[in-house]
Amino acid sequence: MDTLSSLADGFVIALTWQNLLLALLGCFLGTIMGALPGLGPSNGVAILIPLAFTLGLGATPSLILLTSVYYGAMYGGRISSILLNIPGDEPAMMTCLDGYPMAQQGRAGEALSLSGVASFVGAFIATWGLILLAPQLVKIALLFGPAEYFALFTLAFATLGGVASTNQAKTAFAAALGIGLATVGVDTQTGVPRFTFGEVHLYDGIDFLVAIVGLFALSEVFLFLEHRHGNAEANASKVSVGRLMPSFALLKYCTPTMLRTSLLGFVAGVLPGAGASLGSFVSYTFEKKLVDKEGTFGKGDPRGVAAPEAGNNAAAGGALVPMLALGVPGSGTTAVLLAVLLALNITPGPLLFTQQPDVVWGLIAALFIANFMLLAMNIPMIGLFTRVLLVPPRILMPIVAMVSFVGIYGISGSSFDLLVMVGFGVLGWVLRKLDVPLVPIILGTLLGNAMENNLRRAITISNGDWAVLVGSPLSIGLWSLAIIGFVLPIIFGRVLKARMRHMKKDEESSTID
Amino acid sequence: MTFKTTRLLLAAAFLGASAFGATAADFKPENPECIAPANPGGGWDFTCRQVGKTLQDLKLLDKTMQVVNLAGGGGGVAFAEVVNKRDDDNDLIVAASSATATRLAQGAYPGNTMDQVRWVASVGADYGVIAVAADSPINTLPELLDEIKNNPTSISVAGGSAVGGWDHLKVLIAANAYGIEDVRKVKYIAFDGGGEAVTQLLAGSVQAFTGDISEAKGFVDSGDIKVIAVLAPERLPGEFADFPTAKEQGIDAIGANWRGFYAPGKMSDEAYNAWVSKVSDLYSSDEWKAIMAANGLAPLDLQGEEFEQFVANSVQQIQNISKEIGIIK
Repeated sequence: MDTLSSLADGFVIALTWQNLLLALLGCFLGTIMGALPGLGPSNGVAILIPLAFTLGLGATPSLILLTSVYYGAMYGGRISSILLNIPGDEPAMMTCLDGYPMAQQGRAGEALSLSGVASFVGAFIATWGLILLAPQLVKIALLFGPAEYFALFTLAFATLGGVASTNQAKTAFAAALGIGLATVGVDTQTGVPRFTFGEVHLYDGIDFLVAIVGLFALSEVFLFLEHRHGNAEANASKVSVGRLMPSFALLKYCTPTMLRTSLLGFVAGVLPGAGASLGSFVSYTFEKKLVDKEGTFGKGDPRGVAAPEAGNNAAAGGALVPMLALGVPGSGTTAVLLAVLLALNITPGPLLFTQQPDVVWGLIAALFIANFMLLAMNIPMIGLFTRVLLVPPRILMPIVAMVSFVGIYGISGSSFDLLVMVGFGVLGWVLRKLDVPLVPIILGTLLGNAMENNLRRAITISNGDWAVLVGSPLSIGLWSLAIIGFVLPIIFGRVLKARMRHMKKDEESSTID
Repeated sequence: MTFKTTRLLLAAAFLGASAFGATAADFKPENPECIAPANPGGGWDFTCRQVGKTLQDLKLLDKTMQVVNLAGGGGGVAFAEVVNKRDDDNDLIVAASSATATRLAQGAYPGNTMDQVRWVASVGADYGVIAVAADSPINTLPELLDEIKNNPTSISVAGGSAVGGWDHLKVLIAANAYGIEDVRKVKYIAFDGGGEAVTQLLAGSVQAFTGDISEAKGFVDSGDIKVIAVLAPERLPGEFADFPTAKEQGIDAIGANWRGFYAPGKMSDEAYNAWVSKVSDLYSSDEWKAIMAANGLAPLDLQGEEFEQFVANSVQQIQNISKEIGIIK
């Protein structure tokens, strides 16, 4: 009851005209920033900080504006994933896998609205989780030492097989390539630069945003150039948009998926250092393992769109837990929000909830408001978004190239990153020709570093004793999950597939009869 | 009304200028810009944004100071950019800290040295702390260092910087001052930022934490960790007065993470003086004092020449320690 009355107080703070307008502005700008490749939530929030300061906003209004941008960008990331097969930000990577095939089948409208609803469900559940569980959830984060983090990241890699079902060897190769790329940069455990060739731009490693935009967006442009060379009449413009709203049956069909993955994503978000990307990734692979009996994931299964979207938006809410309650950011965006809090003279930490309840509860109320606004704003705008599909590729692709270059240069202000991006574009083009999946590469660069560092931290702390890796019940649990996730599909996959083929044949013959 | 005030201010500035000869007030940056050599969210970013906001609030700048995040190479990308491309830019300042000095001292910015830029002023210092979990049997710094001396593998010290970085050096300075000969035996675990390091102290993965007061403050207030030493010359004012210094425990170790700015090397004297006076006006304002108090920043009041000298000394000191522990040859 105490919580509910605090929440009511929070709504009193948040429900002023100024705050509502700020939330609306934030949601709108956030959606656009999320949809543009390269500009993700963290940059979106960072770009708008000066705006909040110039307007002379107080603590609560500033936070309302910036968290609306955060939630908005998490919504927006899916749009370009579905329409263009280019993730708007890194957590939206998994939405490409089923969202783009759906769009190609003429179900873009449905995919967009379904993912909008999934985003809403994920964020809604996560916000409730934040309210009810924040103080207790902090304890989960404290269960994770370096050994447990290593097990967690291994789990993510062990279930990689679920991402691309075509060729496991190619998936493994892609993941290894990603982990290899992650080793570039100064090694924090020894202070020694690795594979930097004396180039100071490489000291901090390869920025995965640059890698994503290069691999996904630029390679798309290269593919287009190759196919459409001298043949400007593109037939892709014939893609139909289909119905805009999902049928009630489809929503009902996807509801269990959304609920499960919201919980999963929320927990991933709560862990500092795991974040939304891991949230959407784990949501997708687990959901695939659980419900994908017919092998439709990756070919435009609506549940494959709902799962990562619910997961990554729930993780966005979850990441606020360690930021507010521990002062430890769970993701890049929360690191920026943390800086804003500090700049506003608010010290996050265990005492924030008791010392500055108006800020915390005003913020939480704003999250609810932003979430409803985003749903209300996104559904009618789907018609507008899908127009993108009607733009002929010969116009669209140069725009994609331009946005990629401007976006990356805008973030880092360095022409070196542009060269790296072009390099990744060429790499992406070659790998697509070889039918190597791109998602494991990004996952490798994203998590490889954290995985290696945690392994070495664990081993250093234990003075070289490898047994520490299975030293706690939690890590044993994670390892067993990883092993099951890795081994089961290998053993049972074939049996299952064979049986499935058999059943399908039976069905077909029975319908023929 | 505002126009009138501006005019008055201008007139006052002009009078002041004529009184002191050619001083700073002649120069007004057209597009004030602050480079934060890291991604949004870190200490340098904080320095740029907080100073930019306060300068505007105090009307020391009439335009918003644009903050540009130029991350890479632990500040090396920004340093190289300023030296190579923006060497005569009068509107630009760059956030710096002990970490900048550390990397300059260790030659981690290839081909760059500290005299290629002009050092403007400091805006405060974050003194280093060494902390343990609230339920740890260790209560004083000598107890901790004794344990490290006798049984080096039993104590893991967590910090937010890479090996050889400032958080690491702080604990080595203390160990060195205590008489631990081979400081390389100190087991240091690098985490991604002070917040993560404190969390691991709470989780029980490590036994001690080295970092800045601002990183530890929230957890001291909540009673989760205890600060066993602050590496300041004397006890800090206000709510931090309870923390014992290393010095009073017989260990002569001081580790201040100062925060300040440098400017391009060929910035005109006029512009340089203007920036120095702006930052020094900021420093003496009550607004900034409040910000320092809220963030655990201790006083460090150095401008212009004095600051330049201070940075040169700290580069020299870090070079000596780094040679001693074998990080550089």
